[in-house]
Amino acid sequence: MKHFKHMTGPYILWSAAFIVIPFLLIILYAFTDGGLSLMDASFSLDSFQEIIDPLYVTVFSRSFQVGLITTALCFLLGYPMAYMITKFDEKVQPILILFTTIPMWINLLLRTYAWISILSDNGIFNMLLGKLGLAPVSIMYTGISVNIGLVCNFLPFMILPIYTSLSKMDPALLEAAYDLGANKLQAFTRVVFKYSLPGVLNGVILTFLMAISAFVIPKLLGGGQYTLLGNLIENQFISVGNWNFGSAISFILAVVILFTISFLKRIDPDDED
Amino acid sequence: MKKLSTSKIFYCIYIGIIFAFFYLPIAVTMFFSFNSSKSLTHFTGFSMRWYVNLISDNEIMAAVSVSISIAIFATIIATILGTITSIGLSKCKKIVRELLLNVNNVPIMNPEIVTAIGFMILFSSLRISKGYMTMLLAHIAFCTPYVITSVYPKVKTLDPNLVDAALDLGATPFQALYKVLLPMLKEGIFAGALLAFTMSFDDFVISYFVTGNGVSNISIIVYNMTKRTNPTINALSTIVISIIFLTMLVVKIVPYIVRKRRKETLHEKIS
Repeated sequence: MKHFKHMTGPYILWSAAFIVIPFLLIILYAFTDGGLSLMDASFSLDSFQEIIDPLYVTVFSRSFQVGLITTALCFLLGYPMAYMITKFDEKVQPILILFTTIPMWINLLLRTYAWISILSDNGIFNMLLGKLGLAPVSIMYTGISVNIGLVCNFLPFMILPIYTSLSKMDPALLEAAYDLGANKLQAFTRVVFKYSLPGVLNGVILTFLMAISAFVIPKLLGGGQYTLLGNLIENQFISVGNWNFGSAISFILAVVILFTISFLKRIDPDDED
Repeated sequence: MKKLSTSKIFYCIYIGIIFAFFYLPIAVTMFFSFNSSKSLTHFTGFSMRWYVNLISDNEIMAAVSVSISIAIFATIIATILGTITSIGLSKCKKIVRELLLNVNNVPIMNPEIVTAIGFMILFSSLRISKGYMTMLLAHIAFCTPYVITSVYPKVKTLDPNLVDAALDLGATPFQALYKVLLPMLKEGIFAGALLAFTMSFDDFVISYFVTGNGVSNISIIVYNMTKRTNPTINALSTIVISIIFLTMLVVKIVPYIVRKRRKETLHEKIS
């Protein structure tokens, strides 16, 4: 029985080297001020004080705003989608879910690249507007293009958990509600929506967390003008070379996200672990 | 009954619009990869010139081979490491198990960019020069947790007495592993390997931060080329997306058909 016990050995070493130590290094850089070399580093909270700079506060609030807008749009588009899928035949549902999942497997860069040729100033969208006799609009490199890209990318992550919750609901519950005199709206708000709440909570938090830490989509669809938290971190590491400040932002982002998800896992009855 | 069907039509239209939102941009990219001119808005005629360009472009072909070889190596190593860890996890002390599973969850939950800079700082502080090897190590490191999350739940469902039975019947521990455990975990291992392969093949953020010395994968090449319109990328995109799309369809639909066939033959046998 004890034969396989030691099979975790290699991964204990591996995860120490590639998960624990990198995380400790980020913390180390976040709380010191020695620049790139750790030799003459000493404890300091300068990096965290730097965040109060209005320039960076703007980035934080913009990321928060983008996160809220993306999450709201994903919810408004995704909830009806998940609900409608459950209304189809049980043989059709897996196919609809498969087509919702496939985009998640396709290279993000290629999907985002596809949006560029549609939304750019002389792209297909403006060409269609021109054919309809309308004036061209400048969408590319604005908040709109970033939000379109984010919603397109994160919508499946909203649809799937809501669908999972809804499909577990016993249809008899709905009949019971009608029998007890509920009208359609009441049956929906008091029975269906309540039943789907765990999925909604999962979808909303996941989408929000992914949107505030997004990095590729704001970079490609927002140009250089649209800096979010992810882009700020990249700048600090690739162009500016201020690892202390970059680590401090990463640390805050990681702590917020890890705590939120573990909180979510604790209250989620769908999760067996 | 009439009312039901009108709402069904509305549902179909809505679902169609959402799918169009997902797939139209991709379809447009594919369509213009066959354009004879450089334009991404006017189709001037069918041509394969961008595919010819793609094959003769050494930079892109090098990136394709980096993406494929890293995905293959990372998948093999991550699948082996993840599988033996999952089996070991079910037998080790509870405290070790909980700790390791929690640590294992960190890269899955953490934003990719934080994981990426963690690797970048690690390699820099060890003074390892960045390139193919660092990219491979990073890919193994972020793929293994996903293998564990798909194999470990399967290990948990196994009867713990299975291995004992095999050992009592004279199997060596290696035989018990190879002939009893692995066949029962087949599905989970396959799902984990598939996840690892696509995660590695599609990765951008982590590769971008840990690469160096001119080593690029497909995502990095696309990232560097988005500044100007380049139909060669459309051609590359068409090939990559078609492969992933077909793989997903085959992987998801074949087991469904096989199951259906089995059921049918079973019914035939019964009747």
